[in-house]
Amino acid sequence: MPTFVYMTRCDGCGYCVDVCPSDIMHIDTTWRRAYNIEPDMCWECYSCVKACPMHAIDVRGYADFCPLGHAVRVHRDEEEGIIAWRIKFRGGRIKDLVAPITTKPWGKFIPDLKQVPAPTKEQRESQLLFNEPKYIRLDDGDLYTLESQGLKMRQGVYY
Amino acid sequence: MFITYNPFAGLAAYGITPGMMQIFVVLAVVAVALGVILDVLHKKSAVYFNEHTERMKKLATRQLSSSEKTSMLVQTILNEVLTSSEFHNPKRRIAHLLKMYGFIIFVISSAVLIFFYPTSESAGIWAILWRIGAIMLAVGGWWFFTKLRVDVLAEGKKWYKLARADMFIVSLLGVSTFGLLWCFFQGVVGSAGLGLLFFVLFLISAVVLFGGVYWSKFAHMFFKPAAAYQKRILMADGSRENLPPFYRRAEVLDQSTMDLVRDIPADQKFGLCIMKDEPNHY
Ligand code: SF4
Ligand code: SF4
Repeated sequence: MPTFVYMTRCDGCGYCVDVCPSDIMHIDTTWRRAYNIEPDMCWECYSCVKACPMHAIDVRGYADFCPLGHAVRVHRDEEEGIIAWRIKFRGGRIKDLVAPITTKPWGKFIPDLKQVPAPTKEQRESQLLFNEPKYIRLDDGDLYTLESQGLKMRQGVYY
Repeated sequence: MFITYNPFAGLAAYGITPGMMQIFVVLAVVAVALGVILDVLHKKSAVYFNEHTERMKKLATRQLSSSEKTSMLVQTILNEVLTSSEFHNPKRRIAHLLKMYGFIIFVISSAVLIFFYPTSESAGIWAILWRIGAIMLAVGGWWFFTKLRVDVLAEGKKWYKLARADMFIVSLLGVSTFGLLWCFFQGVVGSAGLGLLFFVLFLISAVVLFGGVYWSKFAHMFFKPAAAYQKRILMADGSRENLPPFYRRAEVLDQSTMDLVRDIPADQKFGLCIMKDEPNHY
């Protein structure tokens, strides 16, 4: 579902313009407010929705399953390091989702690849990525799941 | 003394009488009022405002008492109006404060000079205030215009690329910068030609500023406080504009199925993302 901007809430700070990976959040030249110039090209990554300090960006559901009357709102709490979503269905049902912000600080924790030994011939010919995350190593214990790791689903954050 | 020199007194040399200046001020006030009313009618902002309030009322979980509402009004005035707290970016906030207070001081002192000292060459504190207001407005304005404007900051455009949204800021830059130059050339250098040139540019900027309210951002100074007050009310009465409730990080981490990636140190797992990092991709 692509995003759109409530221009009355936007104050033209430009954070969404900075963050949009599809380069489709831009500033209107008449009112200096942001708008999604091409919703068809939206990755639906919702980076802009989360980044907007004025809560001016919402998600527009496709008309066939989510007609008028719904709301998808997000609050990004910098102090608490939390992202909370509220999905409101047309019939009024509400679903709240909450998760910690997981983006790493920019420029930190960059792997020092110089120090990593070069891949062997065998590794080069393998189907796996050189840096295959261990959480998804099919050749080594399979995908990490709650079950395989001896964890239980708890109420709260679901991915 | 240049510092207390009243540039309006020198206008007699160009055949501009105090009466003409006073009529200009009255016309400017009328033009602003008319511009704001037309803007409200055209954008239907008052209608939208009421509809939004009614819609949100249905979601409210509690009634606010009148004392709560009064305290919110006071908070809105102290925070959003007097200290521009709604700006997330501190540089934009400082620039806005400079422009706002500069503009207020400049406009009030101009009116006082025109109505009470139209013919006195020296106007004491009011002439000094006129300069201070103009300088604050010019400093905040040029800083915003060349560095902080979103077209430059986020869109990566050159600062001199203009759009219709620039009408307000450009006319503010015009009145402050040309006003100071006019005062300088007329009062200090004594150059009637350059004085007249900058006065004409000042006058054109003032006409655009006060006459162009309908097309420019001028009216935001009346809408913004009302919108900020409404936002406070909606946050307090439980409707929260459909936003999710407030959570504490500790509760969320405790509930989290982030257990799966528990071997990653917490400081590497959780960052603060773009608000803490200046974008530098241009
Ligand atoms: S959801 Fe992502 S791709 Fe779509 S406009 Fe927002 S930032 Fe850009
Ligand atoms: S981040 Fe929000 S307030 Fe800032 S320009 Fe985008 S929509 Fe407007």
